[in-house]
Amino acid sequence: MSFPLLTATAAVPAIGAVATAAVPAAQRAAAKWTALLFSLATLVLSAVALVRFDPDGGQYQLTESHDWIKDFGVRYELGVDGIGVVLVALTALLIPFIVLAGWHDPDRLETPSGGDSAAGRRWRPTQGFFALILMVEAMVVMSFQATDVFLFYIFFEAMLIPMYFLIGGFGDGAGGRAEGAAANARSYAAVKFLLYNLVGGLIMLAAVVGLFVVTNEDLGSGTFSLQQIAEARSAGTLSIATTTERLLFLGFFFAFAVKAPLWPLHTWLPGAMGESTAPVAVLITAVVDKVGTFAMLRFCLQLFPEASKWATPVILVLAVISILYGALVAVAQKDIKRLIAYASISHFGFIILGIFAMTSQGQGGATLYMVNHGISTAALMLVAGFLISRRGSRLIADFGGVQKVAPVLAGTFLVGGLATLSLPGLAPFISEFLVLVGTFSRYPALGVVATVGIVLAALYVLVLYQRTMTGPVKAEVRGMPDLRVRELAVVTPLIALLIFLGIYPKPVADIVNPAVDHTLSVVDKKDPAPDHPATDAGWFRYSPKGDHAPGGDK
Amino acid sequence: MSSAPSVHSLWMTAAGPRDKIPTPHIEYGQLSPVLIVVGAAVLGILVEAFLPRRQRYAAQLFVSVVSLAAAFAAVIALAAGDYGTSKAHVAAMGAIAVDGPALFLQGTILLVSLVAVFTFAERRLDPQTHGNRVDSFAAQPAAVPGGEAEEAAVRAGFTSTEVFPLLLFAVAGMLVFPAANDLLTLFVALEVFSLPLYILCALARRHRLLSQESAVKYFLLGAFSSAFLLFGIALLYGYAGTVTYSGIADVVDGQVSRVDPALAQTMGNDALLLIGGAMVLVGLLFKVGAVPFHMWTPDVYQGAPTPVTGFMAAATKVAAFGALLRLLYVVLPGLRWDWRPVLWGVAILTMLGGAVVAITQTDVKRLLAYSSIAHAGFILAGVIATNKDGVSSVLFYLAAYSFVTLGAFAVVTLVRDAGGEATQLSKWAGLGRRSPLVAAVFAVFLLAFAGIPLTSGFAGKFAVFKAAAEGGAGPLVVVGVIASAVAAFFYIRVIVLMFFNEPKADGPTVAVPSALTTSAIGIGVAVTLVLGVAPQYFLDLASQAGVFVR
Repeated sequence: MSFPLLTATAAVPAIGAVATAAVPAAQRAAAKWTALLFSLATLVLSAVALVRFDPDGGQYQLTESHDWIKDFGVRYELGVDGIGVVLVALTALLIPFIVLAGWHDPDRLETPSGGDSAAGRRWRPTQGFFALILMVEAMVVMSFQATDVFLFYIFFEAMLIPMYFLIGGFGDGAGGRAEGAAANARSYAAVKFLLYNLVGGLIMLAAVVGLFVVTNEDLGSGTFSLQQIAEARSAGTLSIATTTERLLFLGFFFAFAVKAPLWPLHTWLPGAMGESTAPVAVLITAVVDKVGTFAMLRFCLQLFPEASKWATPVILVLAVISILYGALVAVAQKDIKRLIAYASISHFGFIILGIFAMTSQGQGGATLYMVNHGISTAALMLVAGFLISRRGSRLIADFGGVQKVAPVLAGTFLVGGLATLSLPGLAPFISEFLVLVGTFSRYPALGVVATVGIVLAALYVLVLYQRTMTGPVKAEVRGMPDLRVRELAVVTPLIALLIFLGIYPKPVADIVNPAVDHTLSVVDKKDPAPDHPATDAGWFRYSPKGDHAPGGDK
Repeated sequence: MSSAPSVHSLWMTAAGPRDKIPTPHIEYGQLSPVLIVVGAAVLGILVEAFLPRRQRYAAQLFVSVVSLAAAFAAVIALAAGDYGTSKAHVAAMGAIAVDGPALFLQGTILLVSLVAVFTFAERRLDPQTHGNRVDSFAAQPAAVPGGEAEEAAVRAGFTSTEVFPLLLFAVAGMLVFPAANDLLTLFVALEVFSLPLYILCALARRHRLLSQESAVKYFLLGAFSSAFLLFGIALLYGYAGTVTYSGIADVVDGQVSRVDPALAQTMGNDALLLIGGAMVLVGLLFKVGAVPFHMWTPDVYQGAPTPVTGFMAAATKVAAFGALLRLLYVVLPGLRWDWRPVLWGVAILTMLGGAVVAITQTDVKRLLAYSSIAHAGFILAGVIATNKDGVSSVLFYLAAYSFVTLGAFAVVTLVRDAGGEATQLSKWAGLGRRSPLVAAVFAVFLLAFAGIPLTSGFAGKFAVFKAAAEGGAGPLVVVGVIASAVAAFFYIRVIVLMFFNEPKADGPTVAVPSALTTSAIGIGVAVTLVLGVAPQYFLDLASQAGVFVR
């Protein structure tokens, strides 16, 4: 038996979480270093997986398969396709930066207010904070790797719990309110996050049960294995009635739309991101939410292709509303973190638009978008977090003229912001462009409307920069220190990556595209016939295996 | 009353020779779990009568633990001897069934009771009074609360060691209840386990008036429901001419054509069957705590001593659902087109009612009471499935649920202030800061109640929902999912309270328990996680045990 690489990738952060939690209360620094080391080890493992993944190989690679709960037809089945392996790598890449950026976040909880010293010794926020982050990482990685619907569901749901404690337990104390009011707002945000996602998950549970019943009827024994279901469907032994398929699709999609989040199910995100610390906000939007869009690609489209096509018009309209609504509300925000949250809603609209446009550019662009949005939001949000922790306020109006005092901070903030508004040359531009092209080739009207989102993005990012960084230096901002070494270590690699992927996205695109083509073949959609055959060569010199397109040199 | 005699049977029997009455044939080996527990209970009474007071506690604890463990071993031996599957049959002249479901439920009840004994015996939580370690039970239950006699009893250091034999009697009744194979045995078993529980509820050391009130409420409503059950049994006898399960089932199925002449007016009358069946169901649904027969649950759960509440919530539910399953699947399967719609309604009401009302609760014990009502609704969804998976999923759910409940109530006994247990939810604020371990353990139990994956609650919920969906009760699954979402809200609220709220200055402290309560809680956590992560073995066990004997 070969080395279970995927299991190890998920197990290392889980072990790291336990190890971090077990560090004695007094040795806070040791806990931080433990967490960082384990997250780096995970990064190494995911890099190995990325290298060993063969883009031209089978659909699922590095697979592992064991019986788990036979009565429920549940198998411990792992496997990654191009999309999964890239997202695992993204997760593993971001976590060390999140840990590093959050280095001092739990410190302010270390002296419990009003508690006796014995209670203080047992209450270990530092250990808890980093252990929870690693726990979330382990669960997210598992859900990217699971090829068994039930296994996926378990981690999809279970990750809510550590996430919930991260949101509710650790704030940045920068809301401009008394600690009591801030704690209330925080636990409100945490509960809202949990309830929204739990309701989504429970509705998905009903659909999961339904899937079991359907497979049990046709195959004799219920199964959740994606591969088995796909095989049975293509062999014709499994047929799902149209109405049933649509209901099941809706059950799954609802959960993913809450997680992604899609308008009108998005309202938990601004609160959760606003009240939590910046690294946790990055964890939510750049890592956890990706599971939602990823699951749409892997589960909604592949399990229920017919129903996906049936629901496409409505979903596309909702996605476009998300894009415009998120961007418009972002323009009006007074709070930096909430602004970024609404910007994320807009970006998730783009991702979902790309997925359901059902063209290879659209879906390939959407997958790239997941990666790029993760990196660009992380850069912007983490720098915003550094900014907020310096001033102790999240309000845009409290800043002004920062670029004169802390030029490096302002510069990195600008790069993150420009990436968010998809400036050409930075990574998100390519993905956004592909999504729009992919949408336009099939739904021109929606493509046009969605483009307005880019204009609005320029508005909210540049206005944010103008109000906080330029203008006269405000009194409270004076003397603000520039980025420290630790903070530079967080920001520099992210910006380098944004520029690199902006200029040369081929490495990621090459891995992702075969998987996207496979998904499209399942939904039985072909790209619309091009007006000019020469463009059929694909983009970035990629074309599907065995398909010698004219004009494309492989 | 197995065969219908001829017209002249009445005087023929009267004139018959006396020695024709057969000696009852009792399979002692197969009934040994029940016999061991009953014997131990009697022994416990002798201990109470003859041993000096200071030796009783150790002796009672020893007798209880050893007998429950021995009875459990007997259940295992019977199961290993294939009495659960191929050799399943009806013992004790048709009174008791020895089959898979019975053995599975008996094993569960015995394990639960064993853990419950640990919480009963805990003597380190209350501060010492007059140099004596005391437990959760009144010094002298017969004394008037706050009176001189009570004060004298407390000063003398009396403790109520009679709770152990009472517990054992209740366990004996519960062992028979799901195995009863005729309606009279069912009724006797019900009374045998109910009466000790009524008394146990009244024995709290603190808040004695509340405790006594809860006992009276439980007794009155319980007696009322027993009356329903008994009346239903009488009507069913009128309908079938017999009280054995298989006999009634045969008449329901129309396999008996001969009519008992004494019952010529009534036999086969569907009105009697429907009314009688409904009344028996009412009696059982009362014990299960299903809406609209749930009114007693919150008051009794709140007033009873917390160890008793935990025992009652876990073990009674197992026994009562076992009896309900057997009645519906063995006696009334022919009638399922009549009872299924009714139970659909009851299940929906129970799930939603329990979950919605729980939101407004401000007391931990009442909150858990309403949550137990909601869970009864989930289990009913599995009962309604009427397939093999229905039985095994309910068995699994009961095993999973009972340990979570027991553990949760054991944690409640730890959180105390000057007035005893601090069950007011507002007092739990900030518990996570003061004692993270206890709060984390309670959070695990709450998450299991809420059905979060990787806990036993999720595996159980999935099993019953799967069975219900297969049995054609898809809408019930959707309602169940919605109720779960509502229920999740109040479980989460408690977690918020414990972890995210600032502790109050005069908040409760967490008592350091002895090894007894620690092990009870530890077992609860272990079972919760094991059944959540690796439930396969237990699911196999439950599905092997999923066939009733008739």
